[in-house]
Amino acid sequence: MVFKYHMTIDLKTIKHISKLSRISVDDKKAKKLADDLNSIFKWIEQLNELNTEKVDPLSSIAETKLRLRKDEIKSENTREEILKNSPDENKDFFVVPKVVE
Amino acid sequence: MSDIINFNLSELVLNIKNKKISSTEITKAYVERSDKSKHLNSYNEETFDEALKKANEFDSKPDFNKMLPGIPIAVKDLFCTKNIKTTASSKILDNFIPTYESTVTQNLWNQGAILLGKLNCDEFAMGSSNETSYFGNVISPIDKNLVPGGSSGGSASALAAKLTPATIGTDTGGSIRQPASFTGTVGLKPTYGSCSRYGIVAFASSLDQAGPMTRNVKDSALMLEIISSFDDKDSTSINFKRPNYTKDLSINIKGKKIGIPKEYRVDGMSKEIENLWENGKNYLKDCGAEIIDISLPHTKFALPTYYIVAPAEASSNLARYDGVKYGFRNEGENLIDMYEKTRSEGFGDEVKRRIMIGTYVLSSGYYDAYYLKAQKVRRLIKNDFDNAFQSVDAILTPSTPSSAFKIGEKLNDPVSMYLNDIFTVPVNLAGLPGISIPAGLDKKGYPLGLQIIGKAFDEQNILNIAYSMEDKINFKFDIKDWWIK
Repeated sequence: MVFKYHMTIDLKTIKHISKLSRISVDDKKAKKLADDLNSIFKWIEQLNELNTEKVDPLSSIAETKLRLRKDEIKSENTREEILKNSPDENKDFFVVPKVVE
Repeated sequence: MSDIINFNLSELVLNIKNKKISSTEITKAYVERSDKSKHLNSYNEETFDEALKKANEFDSKPDFNKMLPGIPIAVKDLFCTKNIKTTASSKILDNFIPTYESTVTQNLWNQGAILLGKLNCDEFAMGSSNETSYFGNVISPIDKNLVPGGSSGGSASALAAKLTPATIGTDTGGSIRQPASFTGTVGLKPTYGSCSRYGIVAFASSLDQAGPMTRNVKDSALMLEIISSFDDKDSTSINFKRPNYTKDLSINIKGKKIGIPKEYRVDGMSKEIENLWENGKNYLKDCGAEIIDISLPHTKFALPTYYIVAPAEASSNLARYDGVKYGFRNEGENLIDMYEKTRSEGFGDEVKRRIMIGTYVLSSGYYDAYYLKAQKVRRLIKNDFDNAFQSVDAILTPSTPSSAFKIGEKLNDPVSMYLNDIFTVPVNLAGLPGISIPAGLDKKGYPLGLQIIGKAFDEQNILNIAYSMEDKINFKFDIKDWWIK
């Protein structure tokens, strides 16, 4: 079986992807993005020429089992380092806008 | 000594070991030249003062057993460098100062190298022309209107302009080999798992590899020997016996079987590229190699596959840039609003486009049709290479379908920009090593490269083939210092 998908990415889809990817897109940009994505996906559609029903997906070239490591402490007291690049001035925590009313 | 910058890396190492030149003299020469070359916009961050200090320290207590004793080197701004700003050429990381060092750069410093600065690149390494950088496009030293290629465009420009004796880039779909080809330099993408990805700003984790960019093949072998290492901190790092690439470098490739894949003779291939390829075959025959026609039937599907797999992985990798823990933040009315405003303003257009492609192909209802489909085709592409390597030792192809193009020429046509990587992308999908070497000039006088693709972990073999071809090609290309006033 060969997949055949109707491929038009409309503004509604762009808004949906924008929400999923947490990137706000204004209407003017959304139009341009829809055009770009449609031309890219039209080109990508050629993959449908291939029947891949019996093919195993390849997710990584290093197809070995992931290594396990010993559960041991290698670095300590890195709190300051971790917080060093925090965009907020507060030196003790990461600060975000109020989440719970 | 004005000829310092004209020494290649291996010559510099030799001269410093023989005490003919000091680290300070070398570093000064490169700092002065880099300082006069700001027009090329190849540096994101200069660490010249620190480099001169380190060179001085080296000279007062030299260790000549190191492989890069006191040698200054600038690196792509995708490698995290401890306490030195690392931006991936993105606004979202514009103020990011890593508290750790990438394994690959640490390997350089362990061998005595000194950091000269961080080199411009496409934003998050997404691009083929270095025009997507938040810090502006990089200019090729070959011509003021030309792109240096990408994404390692700052690296290629700096190397070709002799602002650094060698450099390292990263290659997800051609980002080392294509800019090397555009600038008449040598670029090597190692086998996936050879060089640690620890501390490299992630783009597409199953494809990303760091590799050397150098003035010649011998320097490439030297750099690879240094940066390739097994690393516990990268779960996909592969533990294999790494050869001494420089020691075993040889121009003897007699009897090697080299495959010529017919599918790489793409529609509309220019006569110049055809001739270049033909010449490459003849050079190999002169070296005693045997040329064999092969088929890689799924070649034309590699790019569309890549433009599903790479954005999918990127959308997942780049989810971490949320304005909370580091990087740029744009305040919002609430948490979600802050995320959306931060990411909308922090990422450039190409990065956003790819995140959105990736999000789409991974989203509910489309995963099987796109992402799973692409992973299956990726298997077919890898199988093509596995089959080909039953009968050949390496594969010869052009590196790119054309020479460097003009700034702005392809910026508004994403697909045409993506097609630049038609000969390099399959190699990443299959995880294989590939090297681009300069092989000639087109009628405009711009460099063209040939690519040699090897079996997994067979870098020695492609280095040797490249070394013997380099000897025959005898590529001479003089770049005038037009940008230095």
